[in-house]
Amino acid sequence: MSKNSQFVKFDKVDKSYDGKVLVVKDLNLDIAEGEFITMLGPSGSGKTTCLMMLAGFETPTNGEIYLDSNPISNIPPHKRGIGMVFQNYALFPHMTVYENLAFPLRVRKVSKDDIDKKVDKALSMVSLTGFENRMPGQLSGGQQQRVAVARALVFDPAVVLMDEPLGALDKNLRESMQYEIKHIHESIGVTVVYVTHDQGEALTMSNRIAVFNDGKVQQLSSPDKLYEEPVNSFVAEFIGENNRFAGQVTEISNNKCKVKLDSGSEIVANPIAVKSNGEKTMVSLRPERALINSKEKMENNFKGKIEEVIYHGDHTRVRLDLLGNKEFILKVPNSSANMEIKLGNQINVSWNSFDARALDPK
Amino acid sequence: MSSETKKILTTDGIPLEESLKKAEKKNKLKAFLLVCPLLLFLIITYVFPIGDMLFRSIDDRMVTNMLPKTYKAMEKWDGKDLPDEEVFEAFYLDYKKLVEEKTFGKLATQLNYEKNGFKSILKKLKRKMKKFEEGNYKEQIMGVHKRWANVEYWRALKRRAPAYSYSKYLKGVDMYENEDGKIVQVPEDRRVHKILWVRTVEVAFFVTVLCFLMAYPIAHLLATLPMKYSNLLMICVLLPFWTSLLVRTASWMILLQQQGIVNDFFVWIGLVSDENRPEMMYNKTGTYVAMTQILLPFMVLPLYSVMKTISPSLMRAGKSLGGTPFVAFWKVYFPLTIPGIGAGCLLVFILAIGYYITPALVGGASGTLISNQIAFHMKSTLDWSFASAMGLMLLTGVLAIYWVYNKLVGVDNIKLG
Repeated sequence: MSKNSQFVKFDKVDKSYDGKVLVVKDLNLDIAEGEFITMLGPSGSGKTTCLMMLAGFETPTNGEIYLDSNPISNIPPHKRGIGMVFQNYALFPHMTVYENLAFPLRVRKVSKDDIDKKVDKALSMVSLTGFENRMPGQLSGGQQQRVAVARALVFDPAVVLMDEPLGALDKNLRESMQYEIKHIHESIGVTVVYVTHDQGEALTMSNRIAVFNDGKVQQLSSPDKLYEEPVNSFVAEFIGENNRFAGQVTEISNNKCKVKLDSGSEIVANPIAVKSNGEKTMVSLRPERALINSKEKMENNFKGKIEEVIYHGDHTRVRLDLLGNKEFILKVPNSSANMEIKLGNQINVSWNSFDARALDPK
Repeated sequence: MSSETKKILTTDGIPLEESLKKAEKKNKLKAFLLVCPLLLFLIITYVFPIGDMLFRSIDDRMVTNMLPKTYKAMEKWDGKDLPDEEVFEAFYLDYKKLVEEKTFGKLATQLNYEKNGFKSILKKLKRKMKKFEEGNYKEQIMGVHKRWANVEYWRALKRRAPAYSYSKYLKGVDMYENEDGKIVQVPEDRRVHKILWVRTVEVAFFVTVLCFLMAYPIAHLLATLPMKYSNLLMICVLLPFWTSLLVRTASWMILLQQQGIVNDFFVWIGLVSDENRPEMMYNKTGTYVAMTQILLPFMVLPLYSVMKTISPSLMRAGKSLGGTPFVAFWKVYFPLTIPGIGAGCLLVFILAIGYYITPALVGGASGTLISNQIAFHMKSTLDWSFASAMGLMLLTGVLAIYWVYNKLVGVDNIKLG
């Protein structure tokens, strides 16, 4: 069975609530069958609106959404057959766990025996067997979360939407739930559209991530590409940590460019979003890509003064004053070779031009 | 096991429980002093009056104390034939004393409640008594009026002998204790109270239903509208609440009368002809309309406060799981509003069952309720003990409803706000 690479398709979708501001602008997004795709972005970036349009609780102002090649804008939510996990779980407080799970099956007129079987299966999937007769109020946050996931999956929907489902859980529980949801996704192969503003969550769980800002998808790619190769300065900044240098392109050749910084120094960078001399740019460098006292020969090699040292156990974060940037962050592995990291010391920092990405100036 | 467990001691060696009590004592005292004024207020304004009302409704000592000798003499009387001379003499002596003290009027009133016609023969007896000779009082009293020779009147007199009686309660449900001591219904043409009780419950029930039907959508709208609109709507709901009850009732009188605005409108749209304007006031219709409008906020507010707490994502969840909007409403939303429905219905029903001003003003003859009857006995006939008895019956009825409600729905499920 060949998988449909356009199982869910947003086709030029616009959305406005008040007729003045576009919350979602010209969204084009294809989601493949069985894919785990995450919509990531700051609050107000339009990601939840997209999810609500897919679920049917909001209608697109313009454009069309296709589910398995059928336009769905005129189909009411209850006929779309899309499972949804809500931010606050939205378990029915007056029903037991069993009744909550049986609800989607009962409205579909599934026979009693089949309901029992499916509920059992769904509960064992989220390892909550034996909780059938509890009320949602008697469950912990993590357990309620799992019931909500089980309920969204129990009627075998083609697509499951999750709207920041882990937002209310504490850090440890959140991490273990991330793996659990990922495993469930892998074992049953359902298409998942996941919304979050937590980049760690997005990076861990997804096949692909759509980074939203200002109603637009800034970048849509796999987690590693998103982190290693951000295409613009918003993505570079939003995903992970990043050191920035503002400057102007003075020389550009194949795969390399020279950027004159505001402080006067010149660095070699990888031209991603710049085309010609004289363009303003923002050079982005991941902290772990800059090395101290490297024996290798690298194109960029500068001296910086240590301004702050923060001990993190396995690594040490060092804040440097480098090339006029007082917020330059370094991550130094905790090894015996790096003993000279002391406040006020001058150290050598170097990096490859490939890792310094010259992006749009923002 | 429990015998083995030792008392836990604090570091000073004092038992922990004792130490805790000591530490909490000051706080408890403070708390008590804070609620003290309210407690006193409640006792003075609530417990005492209700206690007094209960006592008054069964207290029948007035007549007993007025005729001590008579009742003593009557102890031996079997009540079949006319009592003998001893009773007549005792009655004469008692009554003479009352006449001298000028308190015989009260006796006349009380005995007249028991049996019509007592008042006039007592007055006649008072006039004729001055010329009575000593001895053979039976003959002399019977000579005053032929009713004095009627054994029914003496039996009625004897019925008032006990210091405490439940006869007022019987009267409240159109019953009485007859000459043989049996509890029977009063003649059909005099059964007024039963009709009133039934009508009161009926009006309260339908007003509750009407209020519920109207308040549910309003409360839902209030709970789901954006803040700036819901505030305005809330004011619209509360505005009548802030207006005097009398003003609202009076305005309904203006609206509902035969030459009123509502009737004018009906004529104008051709619903009724000008000569044939329906009567919407001074009957049950008026009571229904006015009471429903007045009690509506009491239904809206508890419903609103409950609906406000229901997350909109629950309805969405219901729909996304495949329920039609109706199923999502009926299976998810509605069950969650039951605490509000319970609170609202209980509140409106209890308020409606004791409603007074509105039925008095717009109810007319066919729209008055039991509370109007109570007021009538308080103000006009001055039969306070009967009014008390009916008031208590009303209170008992309300408590019974509360009890049934508690059994069916559970009071813990009520949510007023």
